[in-house]
Amino acid sequence: MAGTAQPSEKSDGLVFHPMDQFIVEPLFGSGPIYWYTVTNVTLWMGLSVVAVVLLMLVGTSKRALVPGRAQSVGELAYGFVHKMVEDVAGRDAIPYFPYIMTLFMFIVLSNFLGLLPMSFTTTSHIAVTAVMAIGVFLAVTVIGFVKNGVGFFSLFWISSAPLALRPALALIEIISYFVRPVSHSIRLAGNMMAGHAVIKVFAAFAGVALISPLSVVAITAMYALEILVSFIQAYVFAILTCVYLKDALHPHH
Amino acid sequence: MAASTDQVVSKCLDGYGSAIGMPQLCGDWMANQVFWLVVTLVVIFLILSRIALPRIAEVLADRQGTITNYLAASEELKSKAEEAERSYIKALNDARSEASRLLDASKAEMKKELQSAISKADTEISVKVGESEASIAEIRKNAMSSIEKVAKDTAKEIVSALGAKADAKTISTAVSSKMKG
Repeated sequence: MAGTAQPSEKSDGLVFHPMDQFIVEPLFGSGPIYWYTVTNVTLWMGLSVVAVVLLMLVGTSKRALVPGRAQSVGELAYGFVHKMVEDVAGRDAIPYFPYIMTLFMFIVLSNFLGLLPMSFTTTSHIAVTAVMAIGVFLAVTVIGFVKNGVGFFSLFWISSAPLALRPALALIEIISYFVRPVSHSIRLAGNMMAGHAVIKVFAAFAGVALISPLSVVAITAMYALEILVSFIQAYVFAILTCVYLKDALHPHH
Repeated sequence: MAASTDQVVSKCLDGYGSAIGMPQLCGDWMANQVFWLVVTLVVIFLILSRIALPRIAEVLADRQGTITNYLAASEELKSKAEEAERSYIKALNDARSEASRLLDASKAEMKKELQSAISKADTEISVKVGESEASIAEIRKNAMSSIEKVAKDTAKEIVSALGAKADAKTISTAVSSKMKG
């Protein structure tokens, strides 16, 4: 509730609105937000699509044997995710590489776009990350049953544990399996939201002349940290997806 | 949650347009976010899976192929260079053996010429030596006969001076026998 500390007077003294940057609003005019309304969410997700196009299509359009900068980055992203899928989930997970690549590119580019001043960070919203996490959860569960049939249940039945412990472990495993989408989505949204809110709080302190140098230093430091977090959270989301996929393809411990 | 201003558009905003609580938990906006997220993900997926990823895979494979080709070409050039080096060394060795053969031949020829010159000189020398010996023997013979004649004459004179009588034949026989002895 820190964002509503001063509901009465907006420009009065030290006012904190660190959560206002996460408000969804219509791009054109004002009014109720329906599911189809063009909002700042649309704008910034659209910009992430533009970034994907620039990096992966325009950048690689020359198909240069010796890549330029954009093509190098595109190839780097391709190689990075491809190697991650192959190393973590195994060779038989390669058909799912485009899906993981899609998630990774969307998250990493949205995170970086969200670091631009005045921008809107789409990945800081639980609604966004939860859809992706639930999508991964459902896909992985379906793949697990399709590929292994009933054998997929062996993921919960730990055959290396003593028989007496197995039912208890199975309960824990099942709970942890269903908690996966929760942790998967909240980790990303929470990290993005917290970082941006902290920067905003420091920015509010910059209004006080005495603390403003410290505030600017703190914002700079937080910004550097957020750049790191932006990449790491995208990486974590993608690698966890790979881990879940590996469980689905090879459920036997 | 409608406040006094007409700016209020949802229960998640207060009268000044600020968020009430966490905007992330505002249910009114979620449908919008989910809809645009799905659209975005589908668009990105289509872009990546239809165009970008195959293209990058192709570029990477091309590069790998090119590198392999270049490596093979360099291997071939290397073997060619080695072959050239081998033929160069062979030519060098051939030239060397040819040179030594020529050297040996000319040496042998020179030796032969030298030998013949030496032998020719030897024969000339021996001819000269024989001539010289003959002339020496002649000179010696002449000298001996001169000495004999002088000795006979002298003996005849001495005998006649001593008052004895001897014929010339006896004296010359005696002188000859003495000189031989």
